[in-house]
Amino acid sequence: MRELADRTGFTSEQIEHLHRRFKQLSQDQLTIRKENFDSIPDLEFNPIRGKIVHAFFDKRNLRQESDGLADEINFEDFLTIMSYFRPIEMNMDEEQLDRFRKEKLKFLFHMYDSDHDGKITLQEYRNVVEELLSGNPHLEKESARSIADGAMMEAASICVGQMGPDQVYEGITFEDFLKMWQGIDIETKMHVRFLNVDTIAHCY
Amino acid sequence: TAHSPSLRPPSPALCHQHPQLPSSPLPPLRAPLAHPESRSPHAVPGPIPSVPLPSLHSRPHPFPLPGHAKPRKAFPVIGIDYKHVRIPFEISLWILLACLMKLGFHVIPSVSSIVPESCLLIVVGLLVGGLIKGVGEKPPILKSDIFFLFLLPPIILDAGYFLPLRPFTENLGTILIFAVVGTLWNAFFLGGLMYAVCQLGGPGLNHIGLLANLLFGSIISAVDPVAVLAVFEEIHINELLHILVFGESLLNDAVTVVLYHLFEEFASFEQVTILDIILGFLSFFVVSLGGVLVGVIYGVIAAFTSRFTSHIRVIEPLFVFLYSYMAYLSAELFHLSGIMALIAAGVVMRPYVEANISHKSHTTIKYFLKMWSSVSETLIFIFLGVSTVAGHHYWNWTFVISTLFFCLIARVLGVLVLTWFINKFRIVKLTPKDQFIIAYGGLRGAIAFSLGYLLDYHHFDMRDMFLTAIITVIFFTVFVQGMTIRPLVDLLAVKKKQETKRSINEEIHTQFLDHLLTGIEDICGHYGHHHWKDKLNRFNKKYVKKCLIAGERSKEPQLIAFYHKMEMKQAIELVESGGIGKIPSAVSTVSIQNINPQTLPLERVLPALSKDKEEEIRKILRTNLQKTRQRLRSYNRHTLVADPYEEAWNQMLLRRQKARQLEQKMNNYLTVPAHRVDSPTMSRARIGSDPLAYEPKEDSENLPIITIDPASPQSPESAELTSEEPKGCSGLPPSPEEDEEGLVMRVKEPSSPGTDDVFTPGNSDSPSNQRMLRCLSDPGPRPEPEEGEPFIPKGQ
Repeated sequence: MRELADRTGFTSEQIEHLHRRFKQLSQDQLTIRKENFDSIPDLEFNPIRGKIVHAFFDKRNLRQESDGLADEINFEDFLTIMSYFRPIEMNMDEEQLDRFRKEKLKFLFHMYDSDHDGKITLQEYRNVVEELLSGNPHLEKESARSIADGAMMEAASICVGQMGPDQVYEGITFEDFLKMWQGIDIETKMHVRFLNVDTIAHCY
Repeated sequence: TAHSPSLRPPSPALCHQHPQLPSSPLPPLRAPLAHPESRSPHAVPGPIPSVPLPSLHSRPHPFPLPGHAKPRKAFPVIGIDYKHVRIPFEISLWILLACLMKLGFHVIPSVSSIVPESCLLIVVGLLVGGLIKGVGEKPPILKSDIFFLFLLPPIILDAGYFLPLRPFTENLGTILIFAVVGTLWNAFFLGGLMYAVCQLGGPGLNHIGLLANLLFGSIISAVDPVAVLAVFEEIHINELLHILVFGESLLNDAVTVVLYHLFEEFASFEQVTILDIILGFLSFFVVSLGGVLVGVIYGVIAAFTSRFTSHIRVIEPLFVFLYSYMAYLSAELFHLSGIMALIAAGVVMRPYVEANISHKSHTTIKYFLKMWSSVSETLIFIFLGVSTVAGHHYWNWTFVISTLFFCLIARVLGVLVLTWFINKFRIVKLTPKDQFIIAYGGLRGAIAFSLGYLLDYHHFDMRDMFLTAIITVIFFTVFVQGMTIRPLVDLLAVKKKQETKRSINEEIHTQFLDHLLTGIEDICGHYGHHHWKDKLNRFNKKYVKKCLIAGERSKEPQLIAFYHKMEMKQAIELVESGGIGKIPSAVSTVSIQNINPQTLPLERVLPALSKDKEEEIRKILRTNLQKTRQRLRSYNRHTLVADPYEEAWNQMLLRRQKARQLEQKMNNYLTVPAHRVDSPTMSRARIGSDPLAYEPKEDSENLPIITIDPASPQSPESAELTSEEPKGCSGLPPSPEEDEEGLVMRVKEPSSPGTDDVFTPGNSDSPSNQRMLRCLSDPGPRPEPEEGEPFIPKGQ
């Protein structure tokens, strides 16, 4: 427990709470599989639920050296993923803050980059936008595509600047991704409160 | 003893001679103790010293009295009838003075960089007041009803309509605590301490009771939105601090209203019982929530009205203004918080109204609000200066100095304690620097003055002393704090506002992050902030938008709406920057080829046409640019106007397709084929020789057809188009590569598999049709943009 707390940065109270939740999700098993996430009712409305669930099993997020997808995760892995969403603490210095920020952005990057090649290609970006808009049944794919194209071009112009007509922009690398997020204070936004221990939503 | 009956209406603000209005349940309009200096009834007292007005009667007698022969005099070729136009004339002169002052400050930049505008305006007011007094006239005082009914609402509406909603809701808890608890603390602390001072202060002050002091405390403790806006606008601090102080100044109105009325009532009682206190407590909730409710109701009505205004675009802005003003007045009618009603109305109506109104109406609303609020603000500060000169003052050193001192202490203490409490619940804690700015930014302003002015002289005979103290505090905060806050901000290196341009990437990322956090919250099982926000959004989308937004827009997701708005802005920017030839240096030359090289079809030499988004952009460009057939380098290189080579090519492709399809049809229905299917070369030759051989017909279902939205008004240009298109045809035939293309109609042969950006033509053949269809990626032709458009052009 101590070790877990040190490694992931949660307090023991928060770990207790998350452990209870883990047991609920896994139906008292030791590991969770993808199917267990289907039992959360509110997640159905989420347009990007596929990517979220996928992110839990992504080995890159689990800090394992290998690549690819895990089939099942245990509580420690669950905590590792949750630790990406910790809020920043007042006592962090500049270097810690920077590392924290990069970690969060790396998590996001992995969510966008579904084929694990280290770049967000146009097709992947289109996929992201399509998923974001998938909550609207009336929508045509065309709009999603044009938005993604426009966004990609903007990203290219931010990251590379002027490009000649025959240069090709392969995809958004992690450094470019960092550049794009400069305006948004990710460390203040990407967090979830783990304070309220009593409001545990029940699964089916 | 005027000869003629006084025909002028009671003047609202600028004159002291108007008759006493009948008593009403609302606080008296002015102190019954009228300024007793007698003025000859003929002399027209006014703030303009320049025109020496002889005494005159307003109108000649219409009928000569019997027995009095009208003295014969020459017919007046020119006459002066000042009384007739006096009131509008004076009002206009004051407003003109205010505007000229604003102009003047910007012509002399050196002064305005050191001293904030509000200070300069007060000084101007002092000068003008002094001038008027020097001439012997009576300078006007800022009347409370003028202030509350005419000068304050535009400023608040401007603030509420353009309130940055995201940071406001994210920090709502903090803002509420500062506004409610902070103001209460200030009022009671100050009132209590001042009572102590009064008791010890000698004979001049001993008679002021506790309640009077509490009333004074409640008047002076409220942070003033006008002053905060005026000062903070110039220093450009970061969004968080700005919204905290500004939000506090807006929301503390409820507290101020309740406390003011409470203590004013109590002051006439002998005793205050527990029941009264409980009632007072209850009335706080009634006032604040009631105000918000009134605002929400009017906001919804306004949104609903705007749904139907598509035929009378010119008065759309008026609806917004009127409904908001009615919300304010209705709230004031019931002694609810007018400011909160106004803010609530603006916030509620804005997203729906903006989806319904035309672009021009949106611009009109924005500029009118800015104009009115700017003029109001200027006038308020000038009048503060004039009122200082004009008012009766009673200076008591002890009282005034201790007021000032305790005000500052109360504010600092309040902020410190509250921040310590709030930081337990905040993720992003407030640093000491932030706390300093919040404390220092607690400026007092004209609201405090007007509330003080409203005090009934009979009940509060120390009103003059109160007013003097209030004015001193206002001057101190505006001058000293207002002037020094900018160097302090620089000195402390407080984070400034980041000038980020809203980009489509940011929008995508923000939405993605929102959904991600909601998902994580659901997985954790924690019903947090994001969960409820998501629920609200879904409710909004499902029910509310359908009622309040007209037509197709109600289903448009936020991302699409945002994207269209960006595109519009870019197109307009491009047009305004001169179009062809003058590419702004910030514009990048990244184009679609750079990110997706497979879009080049194999046979083509030219790069492919990108998808065109809206006909409106195209029309704007077409009407504004001379050479419409040139390829444009827009911000992201969407080629918006057709290329002549492109057209000829596409025309040929189209004809080929037509021919094939026609033959196919005939083969289906005839046992003996009418003619053999020629080789492509032969059909091309045939078509080439007889271009009219294959007219477009109302064709069958197996042709992919763009659905035209019948609900949208037709533009003249597209009218012919739609008559040819079969109405009601919908659906795209399933084809294996359908997913790639979406709405694009395809010619199977020449395009390479990856050609999703070539907009190949459809089943009409005239060039204009083609161009029209080419630009349509969404269903529905565009109405003329000049006739008034939905602000966000119709998407899917």
